[in-house]
Amino acid sequence: MIIYGTALLAVCHLLGIIIGDLLGRALGMTTNVGGVGIAMLLLIFARIYLHKSGRLCATSESGVHYWGAIYIPVVVAMAMQQNVVAALKGGPVALIAAVGSVLVCGLFVSFINRMEPETAAPEEPK
Amino acid sequence: MMWEILEKAAKENGLVTAFAVVGLVMLVSGVVSRKLTFGRVQGSAIAILIGLALAYVGGKMSGGSKGLADLALFSGVGLMGGNMLRDFAIVATAFEVHAEEAKKAGWIGAIALLLGTVLPFIVGVAVAWAFGYRDAVSMTTIGAGAITYIVGPVTGGAIGATSDVMALSIATGVIKAILVMVSTPVAAKFLRLKTPRSAMVFGGLAGTVSGVSAGLAATDRKLVPYGALVATFHTGLGCLLGPSLLFFIVRALT
Repeated sequence: MIIYGTALLAVCHLLGIIIGDLLGRALGMTTNVGGVGIAMLLLIFARIYLHKSGRLCATSESGVHYWGAIYIPVVVAMAMQQNVVAALKGGPVALIAAVGSVLVCGLFVSFINRMEPETAAPEEPK
Repeated sequence: MMWEILEKAAKENGLVTAFAVVGLVMLVSGVVSRKLTFGRVQGSAIAILIGLALAYVGGKMSGGSKGLADLALFSGVGLMGGNMLRDFAIVATAFEVHAEEAKKAGWIGAIALLLGTVLPFIVGVAVAWAFGYRDAVSMTTIGAGAITYIVGPVTGGAIGATSDVMALSIATGVIKAILVMVSTPVAAKFLRLKTPRSAMVFGGLAGTVSGVSAGLAATDRKLVPYGALVATFHTGLGCLLGPSLLFFIVRALT
């Protein structure tokens, strides 16, 4: 049943939020600490467990896949309700922060990849 | 007469209207992506930019702080893009992660992932500080936006950032994703993008699944799954560290 997948997702989501809240309390704050990330980990482990015991059918899985696939449209809807008018008053912060982080990360990618031994390349040269 | 009926239907079926509106925006973006940028800029990135543009128009028209969602006709967008459905959909993407394949990425992928989270965050926080954002919540939210455009709002939502800072944070992440998409094929040689391992390093450091998958697709199609595999962990790690460890560090320093 397709609802089983969606319900599994919902339970992981709620547990993650609850654990995140508890973690927040334990750390002395009122905010949620990594609830979404914890929920993602729970879902990964739940999937592995259910796969091993063979209790997850394809129809149930599609109840999760649908929501995973809908996340870009949801992000688009999220973009639609941001306070862009106010953000533009912030000036070039976004542009500079973005360009800066891309440059820094690019340098590190280049640096780490230059350390890769040539023999480790499994692909044949073109 | 017709307009009244249309308006009433849209208002009373907010979420359904939102699905239709967002679907239309995605459709337009897909066409723009193929016809105008020849697939160089991914449709989803264009859709987000259109979304932000619509939010600007909505904000100007209503004078409110919730973009298009402040217009009664499009109030359903507020529910569709609200915290609940957004987090629900993001958690669902974890379902695509294969733990066994993730192990293959090994320690170098993990290091790249950690660097890819911390480095953009530091740059984002530093830029925010330089532009006069001195409170820990705003600095963390903008720094998190420099990780990915998902981590930004998730972090900002968790620690209670204001909407304009959230928008700035998303804008940072979106610009970053677009930069990665466009510049990766150009910089492929400099980045030494040749092997699966190098693609994993790239996926971890560059973050943003949309940016990485689109950038690698335009460079070498074979490398896409390796980069995307590591990049899928990016949002999770960012969402885990952003509102917690990274926020605590910034708060301790301010």
